Amino acid sequence: MSLAAEVGPAGPTPARQPARSRSRRSRRTALLLLAPGALWLLVFFALPTVQLAATSLYDPSGSLETGYALTFHWQNYLDVLAVYRDQFLRSFLYAGIATVLALLLGYPLAYAIAFKSGRWKNLMLVLVIAPFFTSFLLRTLAWQAILADNGFVVDSLKAVGLVPTDGRLLATPVAVVTGLTYNFLPFMTLPLYASLEKIDHRLVEAAHDLYSSAFTAFRKVTLPLSMPGLVAGTLLTFIPAAGDYINAELLGTPKEYMIGNVIQSSFLVRLDFPQAAALSFLLMIAILVLVMAYVRRAGTEELV
Amino acid sequence: MRGSSGQPAAGAELRLSGVTKRFGEFTAVDNLDLTVPQGSFFALLGPSGCGKTTTLRMVAGLEEPTEGLVLLGEQDITRLRPYKRPVNTVFQSYALFPHLNIAENVAFGLRRRGIKDVREQVAQMLALVELDGYDKRKPASLSGGQQQRVALARALINRPQVLLLDEPLGALDLKLRRQMQLELKRIQTEVGITFVHVTHDQEEAMTMADTIAVMNAGRVEQLGPPAQLYDRPATTFVANFLGQSNLVAAEVTGRSGDELLVEVHSRVLAVPLDRAAVHAGAVWVGVRPEKISLVQAGTAGGAAVGRHNVLPGGIVSDVSFVGVSTEYLVRMPWGQELTVFAQNTGDRSPFAAGDRVELQWGAAHTFLLDAEQDSRAGVQDVATGEPAPAGVGG
Ligand SMILES: Nc1ncnc2c1ncn2[C@@H]1O[C@H](COP(=O)(O)OP(=O)(O)O)[C@@H](O)[C@H]1O
Ligand SMILES: [Mg+2]
Repeated sequence: MSLAAEVGPAGPTPARQPARSRSRRSRRTALLLLAPGALWLLVFFALPTVQLAATSLYDPSGSLETGYALTFHWQNYLDVLAVYRDQFLRSFLYAGIATVLALLLGYPLAYAIAFKSGRWKNLMLVLVIAPFFTSFLLRTLAWQAILADNGFVVDSLKAVGLVPTDGRLLATPVAVVTGLTYNFLPFMTLPLYASLEKIDHRLVEAAHDLYSSAFTAFRKVTLPLSMPGLVAGTLLTFIPAAGDYINAELLGTPKEYMIGNVIQSSFLVRLDFPQAAALSFLLMIAILVLVMAYVRRAGTEELV
Repeated sequence: MRGSSGQPAAGAELRLSGVTKRFGEFTAVDNLDLTVPQGSFFALLGPSGCGKTTTLRMVAGLEEPTEGLVLLGEQDITRLRPYKRPVNTVFQSYALFPHLNIAENVAFGLRRRGIKDVREQVAQMLALVELDGYDKRKPASLSGGQQQRVALARALINRPQVLLLDEPLGALDLKLRRQMQLELKRIQTEVGITFVHVTHDQEEAMTMADTIAVMNAGRVEQLGPPAQLYDRPATTFVANFLGQSNLVAAEVTGRSGDELLVEVHSRVLAVPLDRAAVHAGAVWVGVRPEKISLVQAGTAGGAAVGRHNVLPGGIVSDVSFVGVSTEYLVRMPWGQELTVFAQNTGDRSPFAAGDRVELQWGAAHTFLLDAEQDSRAGVQDVATGEPAPAGVGG
């Protein structure tokens, strides 16, 4: 800064002209680069969102056949909240638990890949991504088979007494949360890995040299430096998990249904568009508020 | 040190005894014996890859010796965890914590030891390294020299018994390096802590250290005060790595009083007994370039006081003027080129290439080395900072 201040006045005035046109040119480049993405978002996100907002305020007495009237019916929001409060809370509860579980599984995994895997590093990374080679739906169906009442998992757990003899895994909250955790684990692991891998091991050695045990060095150096990955990973897990309906649908029962299931059925089964739109909007806003509060707490802007 | 200087760091000498470190088949440090006296400024000098960093890391506890003992006073710390050792390190790369500001970086060690009120000590330490007012900045916003000083403050604040410095000035430009050499020396005198300073820069080692250990290929070649190492190198490696030396093949032919007589291409030279690493057989006879006077052919021995060695029959083959001195290359009758540095006192007109000259120097400046050793060992490439005697920035 002081350097710029010193150099600034010394520079000959004509030099400013090209400098300004250069900055204008660079702004134009930026706009050109942004344009395709912005256009895409406008057509496929902004417009549908406006449409969705309008739909959520339609008069609910209309139907597909008779048509809907935009009457700014705010009552839609209160109605869905009253009726589907449980599913809302359950969504955030399940997504929250799944995020914590994915973090507990993903952090050691990412740590091991980043620091301990040696020449197996690339293979392990491929293995983390490998589930994406098949579809989300198929993998969840596979879990349905794995957790089935006559499957070997339930049998083994019964044998060691972890599941009561008349108990089951499928169609329980445990199954849904397990499915969510499994499905979103790579989204937790990869950003964590990227963050951890960048950490200079010499910083950890410096911490050891400065009277930190292994645990303290982790707490004071490794963990804070991996915060960007941790924040990204938890967001990438929590947000889609909160809106997911496949896991609850395939691994749970209506008693485990999440808000995604309600939205799906009101859009596609019950064809109650205003209600579905209001639910979608509520979910979006709730996630936005939670994420903003979280990011502010995690203080990412404080991090390097 | 201001304020907290109440009790000097309760110190003890650092001793390495038969320390060996192998990485697989490769021996990085080979049966090292070292004693670093308490409160001294000790330099570990050697070319890149000779095992200096590995040695420091074993003292810090970041590497475990394959064999041997590391002792601090009476205490065996060979297998002690690094965070339990009263030893701190200034890392080659500084390794400042990027997520913490300068004050938090400096306070790190104190905090880990459960000291709550660190404000005053941090302020004192930042003052010592002349970084007052930088406490809220992040390391990334500091220059290399400033980061180096933060790293020093972060280690020193713990008042370790031994401070390890791994090429702490290596990343700095020449001018800043000279300045920091003086700074470091001042700080060491002020705090009285044992400094073990690793460097590959022989001039840095000589200007700063009380004692230098010259390392080569995992071993200590020689250990002693700078002047002694320079004056009486014990190996060809030391003779060449620390400054420059002329080494000429010779044969010990006899003895006269407390001098050995050696024959160099049918000339007899005298060498004080206590400056001879070997006393018989084939030897290298050595002399530093600045100890030699060039005289016109046929005039050697004229104005000489005391015993002198003379090698006649040289022809000046190269002259380079370096300001305060002139460096000559002189081709001897047996084909070898010897180096001579002459101060430009202005009393004499310089020689030119082709002049016939004789080389003359005091017998007391001659040394003898084992002919088994490679006469080129430790010779530094001029391009990699062989310091000119002109004394840059002096
Ligand atoms: N962790 C390691 N694994 C294998 N070889 C190593 C390791 N650390 C150092 N070395 C080798 O040991 C030798 C000495 O290294 P080092 O102590 O860093 O040298 P210096 O600091 O003197 O330049 C080098 O040849 C280096 O390649
Ligand atoms: Mg090194």
